[in-house]
Amino acid sequence: MKTPPLKIIFFFAICIGYAVNSVIAQTENMVTVKGGVYIPLYGVDSTTVKVDDFLMDVYPVSNSEFLAFVKKYPQWKRSHVKRLFADKNYLVLWKDDNTLSDQLKPNSPITGISWFAAKKYCECQGKRLPTIDEWEYAAMADDKTIDARKKETYNQYILEWYETPKSFNNSIGSTFKNYWGIYDLHGLVWEWTLDFNSVLISGESRKDVDKDSNLFCGSAAVGASDLMNYAAFMRYAFRGSMKANYAVKNLGFRCVKDIDITP
Amino acid sequence: MYVKSPNMIKMNIIKILLLGTIIVLSSCNKEKKQEEVAVSESTSKEDNTSISELSIYNLPAIWTTQDNKKIELKELKGDVLVMVMIYTSCKAACPRLVADMRDIEAQIPDSKKENVKLLLVSIDPETDTPERLKKFSIENEMESDQWLFLRGTKSDTREFAAVLAVNYKKISPMDFSHSNIISVFDQGGELVHQQEGLGVNNKETVDKIIELAH
Repeated sequence: MKTPPLKIIFFFAICIGYAVNSVIAQTENMVTVKGGVYIPLYGVDSTTVKVDDFLMDVYPVSNSEFLAFVKKYPQWKRSHVKRLFADKNYLVLWKDDNTLSDQLKPNSPITGISWFAAKKYCECQGKRLPTIDEWEYAAMADDKTIDARKKETYNQYILEWYETPKSFNNSIGSTFKNYWGIYDLHGLVWEWTLDFNSVLISGESRKDVDKDSNLFCGSAAVGASDLMNYAAFMRYAFRGSMKANYAVKNLGFRCVKDIDITP
Repeated sequence: MYVKSPNMIKMNIIKILLLGTIIVLSSCNKEKKQEEVAVSESTSKEDNTSISELSIYNLPAIWTTQDNKKIELKELKGDVLVMVMIYTSCKAACPRLVADMRDIEAQIPDSKKENVKLLLVSIDPETDTPERLKKFSIENEMESDQWLFLRGTKSDTREFAAVLAVNYKKISPMDFSHSNIISVFDQGGELVHQQEGLGVNNKETVDKIIELAH
């Protein structure tokens, strides 16, 4: 028996369309960060880190996007989530399971979510959370250069933001667009990373942890790098103080994706 | 010049097709696991042995033991668990952590041992194959039924460490920095006690285990 060729072509066309569609849908609002080698800011020990090319969300995940997520996956609603995965502060500013409160804007970054929730959100988009190295690599760019860490203006900007309260209420995209085309890595909210628990300076375990002494030696540097080390130190220390089920109101996230399809 | 034959094109189409299918299938496959967990949880609720919100038995990961058996944590429900994260090629802290675990084990009365499992979870799943874990268990005389060595995926390991508040980082191809924490879980999989540090006084930990195991 012979199958009509038209049928096969039709079938293929649908499937290809579907495949292409899903790829496009998942990479929408993402940009390529060209990988490279860099020295992270946490120390005088010049260990270079290699970062591969990856796609990163242009914006942090917004309140409305996260709302759509919990509607689709009800086990992540405030009243449903298990305490193992999110503490009592999870979405605490929301009016109820399905409504943002009046003080939260739909296009502000989502905060008050745990690492588990952020991780799951990304997985459900076919993405993942960025590693610390990836995040720091993308975030060392200002609007013109890949590595702006030695620029006074760049460091000033970050440190001024660290002192600004309630920036989580601003809209996504309201800070600067960096070299890669990514917004809000600095200036809006802190962001979860996949391996946040690879920082070894959590408060109560300082005495007995095989700790990242690099983190503490970094302050030996002088001049501009003092500020830059300080800004980075803040980020690493913050990560080191987090636990995976903590939900914090100035901590959001964005997703990344590996580039596995060679063009 | 190389020209693609119709067959090649066909192959490519099939490749794209497969890719599409894989993308569709793989997106959020964890979610399915989670749902399965939710389902099995609701069924287990009926037989009155439900697990609490804080239980590690909510984690859907599947682990491999030193005997190359697949295991889910919830299969350990009903036992008191003493747990530590290590890697077998470790030269510095791990031998002391392992010694601490053996010391704890030695203090549990024989009558209670049956209800206690001691788990060593690898933070270096790439290196620590089941064979390697088995070898490690023999070298360290941790061969009785109480001892369980687990290896998972990189991502499940990271997640599990996050639950235990164990931080770790690969610092060279062979070495990791890591927190030295021994955790005790009750029969329902809830974390009840953590001991931090190397060679610390483990009386409290042992007391807790004995109190729980009955």
